[in-house]
Amino acid sequence: MTNSVLYEAPGPRAKRRARYTSIVVGVALLGIAAWAVAQLAAAGQFTMNKWGPLVDPSHEYFAALWNILGQGLVNTLQAAALSIALSLVIGTAMALTRITSAPWYRWAVVGVIELLRGIPVVIAIFFAARVLPELGIELPLLWYLVIGLTAYNSVIIAEIVRAGILSLPRGQSEAAYALGMRRSQVLLTVLLPQAFRTMLPALISQLVVVLKDTSLGYVISYPELVQEAEIAIQNLNNPIQIYFVVAVVFIAINYSLSRLAVFTERRLSRGRQGPSRPARPHRTPAATGNATGGGH
Amino acid sequence: MHVITDNLSLYRDGLVTTLRICLYSGLLALLLGTIMAACRVSPLTPLRAVGTSWVTVFRNSPLLVVLFFMAFGLPELGINGTYFVFGTIGLALYTSAFVCEAIRSGINAVPPGQAEAARSVGLGFGQTLSLIVLPQAVRSVIPPLGSVMIAMIKNSAIVGAFGVGGDLFSVGENLTSAQGEAALPVLIGVMLGYLIITIPAGLLLGIVERKVAIAR
Repeated sequence: MTNSVLYEAPGPRAKRRARYTSIVVGVALLGIAAWAVAQLAAAGQFTMNKWGPLVDPSHEYFAALWNILGQGLVNTLQAAALSIALSLVIGTAMALTRITSAPWYRWAVVGVIELLRGIPVVIAIFFAARVLPELGIELPLLWYLVIGLTAYNSVIIAEIVRAGILSLPRGQSEAAYALGMRRSQVLLTVLLPQAFRTMLPALISQLVVVLKDTSLGYVISYPELVQEAEIAIQNLNNPIQIYFVVAVVFIAINYSLSRLAVFTERRLSRGRQGPSRPARPHRTPAATGNATGGGH
Repeated sequence: MHVITDNLSLYRDGLVTTLRICLYSGLLALLLGTIMAACRVSPLTPLRAVGTSWVTVFRNSPLLVVLFFMAFGLPELGINGTYFVFGTIGLALYTSAFVCEAIRSGINAVPPGQAEAARSVGLGFGQTLSLIVLPQAVRSVIPPLGSVMIAMIKNSAIVGAFGVGGDLFSVGENLTSAQGEAALPVLIGVMLGYLIITIPAGLLLGIVERKVAIAR
């Protein structure tokens, strides 16, 4: 995509210059890559000794390794799905409480949201895993991870939902009240469904954050992908190769989700504006950046 | 709660270590992120490709995986260091992808007329970027950039969990796991430590946001 904010369409001279510079830069980058590959090769990182268990089906550990990584991925996806579903329910409830609460206790709701947003998610998970057993609540490891992730993400989703509801035109709720609906009816049947529609891209982006954060199950020894990879590495002694595969898996899933978020955003904004009107020429930082603020 | 008051010096040192990790990572991330943002909007295809892949890789992999790559990969490339160095670099690389995206969206939010005016008075690409577009872009990216930095402060706990040691998270882990203290008061202390940083940072960000806001 050429960025017309910074430079105009290049003429023949600029094109030639750009081509030469591109070649020089490209060669320099290839040089750096070649150096890195040479270093890794010199360190013996490309031998079958290291890659065999991952790529050679006849290797004695091939099946066992992919089995353990697959199980790790399943556990990761399970934790992420449970966390996002619970966060959605609790986050929506929190947002509605914050919107409908009387001023005398609204500060309490806001306080809880601000406190949970201010602590690192890894602390939330660690807290769940250490404090709940002390209080006599013994759960499978999965649930400590889910509770920690939900505590952190539900407040972010609460903010997304609140922003979605507040961004709706005033006429929506005014019309609903004029029809004689009660406040709960207005919120649940008129405002929330529309808010969910505009929130969908932000929710999908949040799913990326949750998926990445399930890797923190590592600190409480929940057998998710990174933990399983670590166990495999202790036996096979090929950390770079296995983490390469783990990174590729995460990047592939998260990249597809990000594309899905962008796609939904485009579709929704097209539907809203109608086909005849031109798309907005420039995206605002709020639209492209992580509007939730506490995510990444 | 006496466990917090008894170990106050431990908590203080943990807070200082957390802040040190954040300071170094933050500066490095701002530097790298700005360079990558410039790459992503440059007219040269190879540089754009570098910027795009940088962001795709670091924004979509978990921080923990990035950190493990630093710890195992950098020594193989002949770069040695302590866990503190690896952790700080890893956090900086991870954060730089978000910094890059914040700055890039800021650049895209600058009205094209600004750059057109700059070009028509004869400024080149470098001048247009550094004198006209970036100063305006930076003002409009302060809010998202601030949230990225606050997120980085919270992510520094993952660097602690990764084994850097001495930061707030490690203090909590040591006191509960190694010394067998009750987890509830210890971890409340750790949380307070983070809230001492993040809540004022959030308030400060709000003030700065109002100061630099441009009416468009």
